[in-house]
Amino acid sequence: MSETRYDRLDAATPMIECRGVHKHYGDYHALRGIDLTIRAGEFFSLLGPSGCGKTTLLRTIAGFEDISDGAILIDEKRMDEVPANKRPTNMVFQSYAIFPHLTVAQNVAFGLRRDPRGKAEKAALVEDALAMVGLRGYGNRAAHALSGGQRQRVALARALILKPKVLLLDEPLSALDRKMREQMQVELIKLQRQVGITFVLVTHDQEEALVMSDRIAVMFEGEIAQLDGPEALYARPANRRVADFIGVMNFLPARILGEKDGIVTAEAPGLGVVDLPARQVSRANPDDDGPTIGFRPETMTLVGPNQTHSQPRETNATIDEVVYYGDMTYYDLRLDGAAAMDGKARPVRISMRNVFGRDVQDVGTRTRLAWSPGSLVLFR
Amino acid sequence: MRGQGRGLQVYAALYLLFLYAPIILLPLFAFNSGTIIAFPLQGFTTGWFAQMWANATLRTALTNSLIIAVSASILATCLGIFAARASTRFEFPGKGGMMGFILLPMVLPEIIVAMSLLVVLLGMGVQLSILTVIVGHTLICMPYAIAILTTAFSSLDKSLEEAAYDLGETRWSAFRLITLPLVMPGIISSLLISFTISLDEFIIAFFLAGNQPTLPTYIFSQLRFPKQIPMIMALGTALVALSIVLLALGEYFRRRGNARMGGNPTGGFL
Repeated sequence: MSETRYDRLDAATPMIECRGVHKHYGDYHALRGIDLTIRAGEFFSLLGPSGCGKTTLLRTIAGFEDISDGAILIDEKRMDEVPANKRPTNMVFQSYAIFPHLTVAQNVAFGLRRDPRGKAEKAALVEDALAMVGLRGYGNRAAHALSGGQRQRVALARALILKPKVLLLDEPLSALDRKMREQMQVELIKLQRQVGITFVLVTHDQEEALVMSDRIAVMFEGEIAQLDGPEALYARPANRRVADFIGVMNFLPARILGEKDGIVTAEAPGLGVVDLPARQVSRANPDDDGPTIGFRPETMTLVGPNQTHSQPRETNATIDEVVYYGDMTYYDLRLDGAAAMDGKARPVRISMRNVFGRDVQDVGTRTRLAWSPGSLVLFR
Repeated sequence: MRGQGRGLQVYAALYLLFLYAPIILLPLFAFNSGTIIAFPLQGFTTGWFAQMWANATLRTALTNSLIIAVSASILATCLGIFAARASTRFEFPGKGGMMGFILLPMVLPEIIVAMSLLVVLLGMGVQLSILTVIVGHTLICMPYAIAILTTAFSSLDKSLEEAAYDLGETRWSAFRLITLPLVMPGIISSLLISFTISLDEFIIAFFLAGNQPTLPTYIFSQLRFPKQIPMIMALGTALVALSIVLLALGEYFRRRGNARMGGNPTGGFL
């Protein structure tokens, strides 16, 4: 895999360190020993389903929640006794928390109230901050009259004007419609590159995390299940639960035939016998029946009747269902031999880009599927 | 359909007449030069208002009532702010029961409240005065204040105060700069309602004021003297006018506050 932006960040400068962070609410154990280092200048995401503790972790970093055990350091200083209003962090809230009785400029200037600089200087800072988020000239508008996207920008300007070491974003895009959300994702990435501040984003949207982050911590039930870059997370999920959560993955029951020199030999109905090196082997869920082999829909290719391909393996299949999306087509297939193990039909989903010259195949067609063992992940 | 509509119109008109006719009689007789409250009206006079103004006992009663109403409404509203903020912002054991008990005096017979207060105060050896009335009125105004303020607080996004705190303000200044202005319409409503409740409250004032007159107890004492009735009519007229002005003011501030925030009208009474 190519060098990512994260690899180029200075590894010697951790910005946020969480060491064995626990949080209890009465009997409820919300954070169960979080160990985490976020580097300076990184765009970091906390990803997980609701109730996984991601927002709690963000709020402990911000200082809104005390931690029950462990330590949080920001820029190498312990934050135990530092209240939220003295921490070098600022937050963009899910609801944006724009002060409705103030103008846009008053909102943005709010954090400068205790700043000794003069009025004119502050006004210039506000103008700059508004220009940075694309709201030049909006200063005198009433905050309550803004659209969702504009509120979001005001919230960003209001937090960034204080030049915090860390910007915390709590599901900042969840209230926007799809188009606006995609636009803001790109703008947030550009903004982060421009200001160079460490961003920590909380989201339940795996696509959003993949698009925006240098690294992602996937959380379940108060623990970090995997901490990796987007590509590694997608291609090599640490366990089946992460694989389920990120994107779409097909799962087939597998049988382990042997293990030698770190290479596992396994068999899955429909795929046959494959040799998988350690990096393609992950942990199964505790409640899984046995090992499974997984693969992403886009890693296998449907081959037309007279087409050739360069993949090492080929499997015959029947098309059960075709879902046409314009740019993509999804095929639900029955692999020959997939039901051999116990008679259960196990449809798998394959996605094909509708490039020019490739016809969409019909339901019921007998077809060939080309693939490589390198795209498989074994969960055991 | 038409006939039915006509019937409802008549009903509505009668209903309004029943509500307001007695009140309309107040200014009618307040400006009537006759000493007997009966039709036909005699000439026009402002003499009763002059007599009212010259009456020293009435002035004392008015002063007492204003002191009591202003103190009780401020006290009830301040205490109400604490309770409303706590109940909308925090979870604590026994919250439901506690809020229920705080609101209970709203439906408790006032005479019971007045009697028990009297027994307790006398038992403690407290001298009855307008101070004791203030205590009593604060008690009966509190439920209304809390009901109004809880609505105002609960319509407020919790992140607003956190955002201000996050931006470097203290807990208190975040409350003062953000929450307070945003719940101000509710606070004004609460002050006005409490003031109105206290100003015309009779039973508690009658029990707890000792020998100090308040407006309602003074009016009650004067009703025995037919000669005084036109003056009482003038007093009543002044009170109605004051109430209308106060309510209009309250509504004005509430609407202005809402317009400034673009919010929906909440926490108001009109």
